[in-house]
Amino acid sequence: MAGPAAARVARTTVGDQPGATLWPVTVRPPSGLRLTEEQRLLRDAVRTLADEVVAPRAADIDRTGEFPMDVKDLLAGQDILGLPFPERHGGLGGDLLTVCLAVEQLSRACATTGLILAVQELGALPLLIAGTEEQQARWFPDLAAGRTLIAFALTEPEAGSDAAAVRTRAVRDGDAYVIDGTKRFISQGSVADLVTVFAVTDAEADRHHRLSCFVVPADSPGFRVVRVEHKMGIRGSPTAELAFDGVRVSADHRVGAEGEGFSIAMRTLDRSRPGIAAQAVGIAQGALETASAYARERRQFGRPIGEFQMIQAMLADMDAATESARQLLYTACLEIDAGAPDASRWSALCKLVAGDAAMRVTTDAVQVLGGYGYVDEYPVERMMRDAKITQLYEGTQQIQRLVVARALLAND
Amino acid sequence: MRIVVLTKPVPDPAVGTERLGPDGRIVRSGATAVINGNDEYALEAALKLAEAHGGDVTLLAMAPESAPETLRKGLAMGAHRAVHVTDPALAGSCALSTTRVLAAALRTQAYDLILAGVDTSDGTGGVVAAGVATLLGLPYLSYAARIEPDPTAGRVRVRRLSPVGYDELEAPMPALIGCTQVLGEPRYPSLKGIMAARSKEIAALSLADLDLDEPVGGDVATSRLLASEPPAARGQTQVIREPAADAARAIVGFLESRRIV
Repeated sequence: MAGPAAARVARTTVGDQPGATLWPVTVRPPSGLRLTEEQRLLRDAVRTLADEVVAPRAADIDRTGEFPMDVKDLLAGQDILGLPFPERHGGLGGDLLTVCLAVEQLSRACATTGLILAVQELGALPLLIAGTEEQQARWFPDLAAGRTLIAFALTEPEAGSDAAAVRTRAVRDGDAYVIDGTKRFISQGSVADLVTVFAVTDAEADRHHRLSCFVVPADSPGFRVVRVEHKMGIRGSPTAELAFDGVRVSADHRVGAEGEGFSIAMRTLDRSRPGIAAQAVGIAQGALETASAYARERRQFGRPIGEFQMIQAMLADMDAATESARQLLYTACLEIDAGAPDASRWSALCKLVAGDAAMRVTTDAVQVLGGYGYVDEYPVERMMRDAKITQLYEGTQQIQRLVVARALLAND
Repeated sequence: MRIVVLTKPVPDPAVGTERLGPDGRIVRSGATAVINGNDEYALEAALKLAEAHGGDVTLLAMAPESAPETLRKGLAMGAHRAVHVTDPALAGSCALSTTRVLAAALRTQAYDLILAGVDTSDGTGGVVAAGVATLLGLPYLSYAARIEPDPTAGRVRVRRLSPVGYDELEAPMPALIGCTQVLGEPRYPSLKGIMAARSKEIAALSLADLDLDEPVGGDVATSRLLASEPPAARGQTQVIREPAADAARAIVGFLESRRIV
């Protein structure tokens, strides 16, 4: 690639078409890929907790399909839910990589548990990105302490990948807004105390300026949980359909300017997709560890199956896929935090690679365990079911490819 | 209330890589060190007492140079500071030397209670705490299952586990209490605790800082290891293949014959 070594962004001329540029793609690899001492300490502390307290609960959480309030309280008590929040509002002020390290370690034991932290960050990101100091001071201390939970409500029955097609409306009425509509597939929607809702404030505006963002307290009159989905995986994380029937919130619940909602949502996803990539890497790592341990112990034909090259090759490929996804994720976190102009690309890349790695690694883990992998005596069938969601939510893998391709092909 | 917890970094029993060198001493370099398990129970008890009655908790360790890494976890759990006695001459110390050094270090500290674990997972002697109390002339309340200090009266009550039940002990403070796991599971350090621990004080003391009138250290050890042998990996195995109900009866019968149940 062309350009001086110090340049973060290069525009490269493609072939003999001087007009076509690759834009904007980060060139120089980040320098600090070794974790800081602080990051290692926090990661190890979360790992210990995940191994000793969360892992023994994981099968039960999956079987009952109930939100693990005890695990939420544990994360709150250990300050883990405070990681994404600024120190001045009671959080730990963790950078994106540190939050992802925690999500990864929790998900290694239990994907539902990793999601509790990831969703707490997701729901709060609009406030972190565009909230006023007063709004942050109003809501962050309770969120950072885990006294309240927050959900992110963008998706609707008819607005999934096409997020700008939102129909929920927010109509100004004096110093308040009245919100009407339906949101679907909202993670933790039925247990959240606050919901960040994206609604149309100007139906006439172009698709990127129709929406605004609001914080809606779950105890607002007219707010209702319609139902909770029955899901294939992440079964302890309630995914809810939410109805807003004339829900009235004062204007100071609006996050950012009117019409800024779509932009806030997209910037939120730039920072939240690495959390899902971290969940995926954690699930893959958990499956890899289970399969490796099994291959050491399971004996067939008079020897541990790990001595057979076909098993060895599977394990090595699983490790390669997991580690590749992890390194891409960590780099993406550093790039996004450093304000890379192609943050959307990094964020989409890491979720794309990690989600696919998780699906493949967990599927292979079931294969290594054979019939035992298919029954709930071992955790890998759960991990395989949990992995699938990482290819779907916060943008399907197809949408991630769309985001990456747009970054590559866009002209300024 | 000022509480000192005797804290020993030991090779991590979960890793299982600890081994003895040719001199019969534990090879500490390279082995992952953790706070001795029973000391964590003592620390948990100390933290709960400090939370209930106010005051602070100090960790006291006699340990090799690398100990601060391990002590940091105790600070992350909530201890306020640590005192680390370290000196090359202390390598290979016997229980008596350790007792003398800890007692001398405690003379430099102010305290109302000293808490210690029942024993350590590397040495398993279980005599140091009693020795320290003796050298300092303190009441020694052992096998504590409950600790109830009365700071106003300057006294402490301890429920001591005994083979036939409990003994209720009472003593004036300062006192030294040997703690059992009945006192409660040690907490996990919170993330804020881990961050805060990085800036907490770990005061280093060498032998020159202590007022010792008896000789200490590896050169004057009063005990040495003559031989060691790992236990047999597995005893004799008896497999019961009866149907469940009969198998249960057979197992209970087996345990009864050995007076286990």
